[in-house]
Amino acid sequence: MRHGKKFNHLGRKPAHRKAMLSNMAASLILHKRIKTTVAKAKALKLYVEPLITKSKNDTTHSRRVVFSYLKDKYAVTELFRDISEKVADRPGGYTRILRLGNRLGDNAEMCMIELVDYNENMLSEKTTKKKASRRRGKKKSTDTPKVEATTDTKVEEVKEEKPKAKANKAEPKAEKSEPKAEKSEKKDSKEEKKDDK
Amino acid sequence: MAHPKRKISKQRKNKRRTHYKASFVQLSTCSNCGATVKYHTVCPECGYYRGKLAIETKEVL
Repeated sequence: MRHGKKFNHLGRKPAHRKAMLSNMAASLILHKRIKTTVAKAKALKLYVEPLITKSKNDTTHSRRVVFSYLKDKYAVTELFRDISEKVADRPGGYTRILRLGNRLGDNAEMCMIELVDYNENMLSEKTTKKKASRRRGKKKSTDTPKVEATTDTKVEEVKEEKPKAKANKAEPKAEKSEPKAEKSEKKDSKEEKKDDK
Repeated sequence: MAHPKRKISKQRKNKRRTHYKASFVQLSTCSNCGATVKYHTVCPECGYYRGKLAIETKEVL
């Protein structure tokens, strides 16, 4: 019985399927990105990624094992020479599948499977994303003390709240113009300035 | 071998088939060029996916 055997046969007999996957794996390694159907790409992912992991350990044995899967010496040398270096820091997840819409003719869902480290557009923009998130974190830290200060000083500083919200620079002027405030309030305002700086 | 005793009437057949429906494709707009794009696919107009340039050449698309 085939209970729980979640394995896509791709409508082929084992020999046919293995031959197709080894061809696809070799061409993925040589060309870095190939266009196929989503089902084949998912099957290929399961086939190639262990081979790429294997390529990190460059020994004669691992080369032979990989060759038995790829059956293409040019692909093997490419994998062990170039790809294994690029991929060295990545703990798995070497491939990316991007859906491209449906194929004319049989309406099959097409996709592009590529090696993650060879798509420089996607790599470069990952770093910028991290920076953006840091800025958000800083903004939050400046916002929180303001809210606390306004709640502490209550009625007298209601007038100040509006300029505070608009711009930080307006704060000190507004405080100076007001008649002598209590000592505790002054301390609060000093703390605010420190936080702002 | 067991066989159906009665022919399924047209009414019964059609009632059963009222639940066979085509579903709508989920569509959204591309964040880069504003074209209508199928969910979870690269934009066919500009090659962007999730705000990043995924595919430069149009040959691939």
